[in-house]
Amino acid sequence: MWAMILKEFLELRRDKRTMAMIIVLPLLLLVIFGYAANFRVDSIKTEVVGPSASRVAAQLKAPFDVTEVEAGATESQAEDALRRGEVGVAVVTTASSTTSIALIDGSQLFTAESAVAATQESGGLLKPQILFNPTLKTSWVMVPALVGLIMAFIGTLVTAMGLVRERQTGTLEQLAVMPFRPSDVIVGKIAPYFVLAAVDLILVTVLGTLLFGVPFAGNVLVFALGSALFLFVVLGLGVLISTVSQTQGQAMQMALMTVMPQVLLSGMIFPLAAMAPGVRWIGYILPLTYFNMISNGIMLRDAPFTSLLLPLGVLAGMAALVFTAAVLRFRRDLAPSMPKPAKQAATPAGAAS
Amino acid sequence: MTRPGSDTDGWGTFGVTIVRGGATALKDVTLAAPRGQVSAVVGGDGAGKTTLLRALVGRILPVSGRISAPPTERCGFMPTGASGVWQDLSVNENFDFVAAAHHLSGGALADRRTDLLEQAGLTGAADRLAGDLSGGMRQKLAFCLAILHRPDLLVLDEPSTGVDPVSRVDLWRLIAKAAAEHTAVVMATTYLDEAERASTCLVLDRGVALAHGAPDKILASTPGTLTSGDAPTGDPELSWRRGRQTRSWHPGPPHPGEQPIGADMEDCVIALTLAEQQAGAA
Repeated sequence: MWAMILKEFLELRRDKRTMAMIIVLPLLLLVIFGYAANFRVDSIKTEVVGPSASRVAAQLKAPFDVTEVEAGATESQAEDALRRGEVGVAVVTTASSTTSIALIDGSQLFTAESAVAATQESGGLLKPQILFNPTLKTSWVMVPALVGLIMAFIGTLVTAMGLVRERQTGTLEQLAVMPFRPSDVIVGKIAPYFVLAAVDLILVTVLGTLLFGVPFAGNVLVFALGSALFLFVVLGLGVLISTVSQTQGQAMQMALMTVMPQVLLSGMIFPLAAMAPGVRWIGYILPLTYFNMISNGIMLRDAPFTSLLLPLGVLAGMAALVFTAAVLRFRRDLAPSMPKPAKQAATPAGAAS
Repeated sequence: MTRPGSDTDGWGTFGVTIVRGGATALKDVTLAAPRGQVSAVVGGDGAGKTTLLRALVGRILPVSGRISAPPTERCGFMPTGASGVWQDLSVNENFDFVAAAHHLSGGALADRRTDLLEQAGLTGAADRLAGDLSGGMRQKLAFCLAILHRPDLLVLDEPSTGVDPVSRVDLWRLIAKAAAEHTAVVMATTYLDEAERASTCLVLDRGVALAHGAPDKILASTPGTLTSGDAPTGDPELSWRRGRQTRSWHPGPPHPGEQPIGADMEDCVIALTLAEQQAGAA
């Protein structure tokens, strides 16, 4: 039995990825659930408009964080600010009434719930009116995020596994000696996963709208552009993972290590606004965070294209960076091995035979 | 360095040195691969056989020496362990994929496929998944895929290792036919009876060429003295079992009263390796 235990420890010690998982995962989960797992939003960006804007703004307490006061702005302009995602609440005041209407962005579920609760405790100062998701249905918020999660899953995990299978069975070596250009092999390997992920994207979006009544308020083309950029990022991650994995098990480990933080820290489950700043920045380097901004904005709020330029630009940058790195590494696998300086050039040693 | 060459240049590796993982895997190794001939590379584990073949098909670059081979599309490569077969594709689908890579289609592909499947005894398995085939059948499929486009240079890495004797006969028939069709065949093998059937043979040990030439010339150059008996006649470290007999070897000419025997390729390779080790120790 001791021999068995010793052998297991020896194998574990040499399996650096599993060891890293054993050490990193508990720390990661501790940090995430300690600092990020918070559904209560304590600060909501708020715009106050209308004739009594200054007076009402002075009366607003936490969680309302008044970022803009525009006495001359109209309700329609306030609604546009919500649509652009600039604020979570827009308070519309009138000259005659002491009660103002608080327009609440229902596409930010937990922010909206906090805002509704705060209006009820405002002593009649605010009357809530929820836009974009009037009944605050969880499914309406989850479906746009789920679209991204499924693409991340297929793009990263399934792609990495599929590419590593070629290496594991030795056929990657065979492809390298066949009369294919490296670009033929790379495009040929990635295109099917791109198509499959795109089909899943359409399927989930259509089924989500049909089964759960999730609206698709915005521009389909912008949604397609965001999805394509996001797909390039996650496919690139899958290819990158495949180039540093020798087995499908290793690829799965690494892919899960990239997908799991995206599930927990992209704002899909826990609102980014409620996370501690020390953890929130992690969310802002994850591609799913930006896809969520796009899909949520387009499907629920009909967010204008200009308001999505930031997430689209970030995804484009990520796609260029990750995909280029992935292609370069994959090309290296297909290229002949370069000679490395010999430690003992004069003394021949055993070769792979 | 690797460069596409014509067969008039003579294909092969010429004075090639390869460094892998900081150690010299091959040192100044020359292997000619003439058209219409089978050139065998033999040697023990870690001798450098696979490294040499991978260098020949352009997968490893040498630090010095010259490699001459046809362009990629005129080479056929069968990696070791039938790993050149896509196991989740059927036999026919494997053929289709490799044929597409070589722009083979239509009647030419159909005829070639029928011919190869028949020769390899795989006709009845054409619709089976490659992963479901026996080891020997997979090896034969890998061979068929390597030769599908009638390459000028065919490189085979231990094509018959782990294959049953009947499948080995089939494989050899296919190899001989390829050579007869004017293909230059280079194959690594651990079966020394196969090496004796080749036109030329390269004996490798730890990256160094111990002998290179026609098998009968290599046999004739067996170093030292080889005897056979029921027990070791000298240093047990220099003896080995062959069937019910024990071979004994020592450097230099026969001792008085010794009855030397002629070496076959297996004895010869062992004698060459022992002689090299003794020379290294000295």
